Amino acid sequence: MSTTLSRRITARPPAPKRRSGGTRRKAIEYTIRYALLAFVFVLLVGPFIWQFGTSIKGSSESIYTANPFPTSPTFENYGMVADTIPVFRYLGNSLIVATSSALLNCVLASLAGYVLARMRFRGSTLADVIFLATIIIPFEVIMVSVFLTSRSLGLVDSLLGVILPTAVTGLSVLIMRTAFLALPREIEEAAMIDGASDWQRFIRVALPSVQGSLVVVAIFAFVFAWDDFLWPLVILKDPANYTLTVGIQYLSGTFTSNQRVVAAGTMIAVIPLLVLFFSLQRWFFHGVGEGGLKG
Amino acid sequence: MKPQYKWLPWLFLAPALVVALTFTISPFLNTIVLSFTNSTTLGGGSFNGVDNYIALANSPQFWISTRNTVLYVIVVVPLLMVLPLLLAVLVERNIPGIGFFRSVFYSPVVASMVVVGLIWTWLLSSDGAVNGLLQSLRVIQEPLPFLTDTTLLLLSCMMVTVWKGLGYYMVIYLAALGNVPKELHEAAQVDGAGGARRFWSITMPGVRPTMLLVGLLGSIAAMKVFAEIFVISNGTAGPGGQARSLVYTIREVGLGLSGEIGYASAMSLALFLLTIGFSILYLRSQRTDQMR
Repeated sequence: MSTTLSRRITARPPAPKRRSGGTRRKAIEYTIRYALLAFVFVLLVGPFIWQFGTSIKGSSESIYTANPFPTSPTFENYGMVADTIPVFRYLGNSLIVATSSALLNCVLASLAGYVLARMRFRGSTLADVIFLATIIIPFEVIMVSVFLTSRSLGLVDSLLGVILPTAVTGLSVLIMRTAFLALPREIEEAAMIDGASDWQRFIRVALPSVQGSLVVVAIFAFVFAWDDFLWPLVILKDPANYTLTVGIQYLSGTFTSNQRVVAAGTMIAVIPLLVLFFSLQRWFFHGVGEGGLKG
Repeated sequence: MKPQYKWLPWLFLAPALVVALTFTISPFLNTIVLSFTNSTTLGGGSFNGVDNYIALANSPQFWISTRNTVLYVIVVVPLLMVLPLLLAVLVERNIPGIGFFRSVFYSPVVASMVVVGLIWTWLLSSDGAVNGLLQSLRVIQEPLPFLTDTTLLLLSCMMVTVWKGLGYYMVIYLAALGNVPKELHEAAQVDGAGGARRFWSITMPGVRPTMLLVGLLGSIAAMKVFAEIFVISNGTAGPGGQARSLVYTIREVGLGLSGEIGYASAMSLALFLLTIGFSILYLRSQRTDQMR
């Protein structure tokens, strides 16, 4: 690319002076880069903007024109979502499910991860194998059986039934275990000599040092639970108990072909998560590194 | 370190183990057992040998699901191995405002597939923006039936999967690109190698292990495709249910009105073998990589 670029520069009639040649070339490279970035921006973010535009167009305005935004924005479609489905209840359900899943993953995975990283005991290999198996076995493969188990435990149609199967994932345990392994042993050994119990060592010494990994586990569990569709769709029968994802699909599938209202519904489902993402983005990227590369 | 009490490790492990055993290990073993029975959601069921597997082999529905699922992997995975790498190369260089672009390119990853599916359903509908754009550019005369033609519907779903996954794999590649030595690029530049040449000869070999990993993660994810097809076809899997995936059919057969648990379990195990097969393929390719 650089050879063709420099050829193009030298071919230009007003030959650039020697000093400005580098900046000129840089300017062209920057222009190309930003043009490509803008193109990808339109491709990846444009659909969200288009959907948002549709959601604030009033019934008098066409949604088929090339202009994504209305001349007089309105939130009446959001009101219509609330009139059609109990969207605030769904929002609450999603919040309960996602928050519980995040907390449970943090607690259960750090307890298990600490033991697997630090303690020597009989049967540790068995525990390792069990958690590894939960990573290898895709949920979709065992979904039907998990439904039977949940039914026999009386969990059908309850939020607890949505939460429990993802209360701790093998990936969460793996992330916490890796985090504890990376801590220097000496501090904990010193604490042990000072007479700290195993529990004190875990809660006072080790846990405060792995806060970063805890945030990653929490974020991953929260987003996964908030976005999940298949399992809530299977376990929740009564529309009054739906989470947002199932509820929004229910809205578009059952009630309305009004694109403005569907668009408003999708915005309600996605905006809380985008806010969360943009305020905690550093941790998201950190998390992809830990989850994607070590997992 | 030795625990204070013998039972202490198990006390710490107990909550996580109970969840793993109740909701993963025992359902998995149960799936294997059930696949040899004629159980339904109404209960009961007795062993019927390999009847379910014979029924599977003779079921056009199963073969359509498998064909679509494998097609999904074949189309989606190569795109997910290459496009996010190009995107990562584009956002790797620290130029002003690049942090903003890196973040917003990730936003489709954060959104639920239901949201993404509904957004694209609107964009791809017969009077939606994509058809509008293609018509105004005079590429097509009549709107394309993206959502109602089986082949186009499947292609649309694949496109949506790729669109949503770009940012995720971009971040994985970004980490890998950081490990490709800068000196190699500089040396090649001095020797007069252009951008495309350097990408092919330095970047690609440098991120090869990551590419294989992305291929594995992408294959496993693509094999489990469900939400895209369900949402974009509004729960129908297209005309005559011809655009169904394995997970779509498993849910329909096992948890639908008929509730054929035994038969659905056999199909679930077929899906499991397919994912394991791809993982073994990945591990093999990695081993040959190391032997080189």
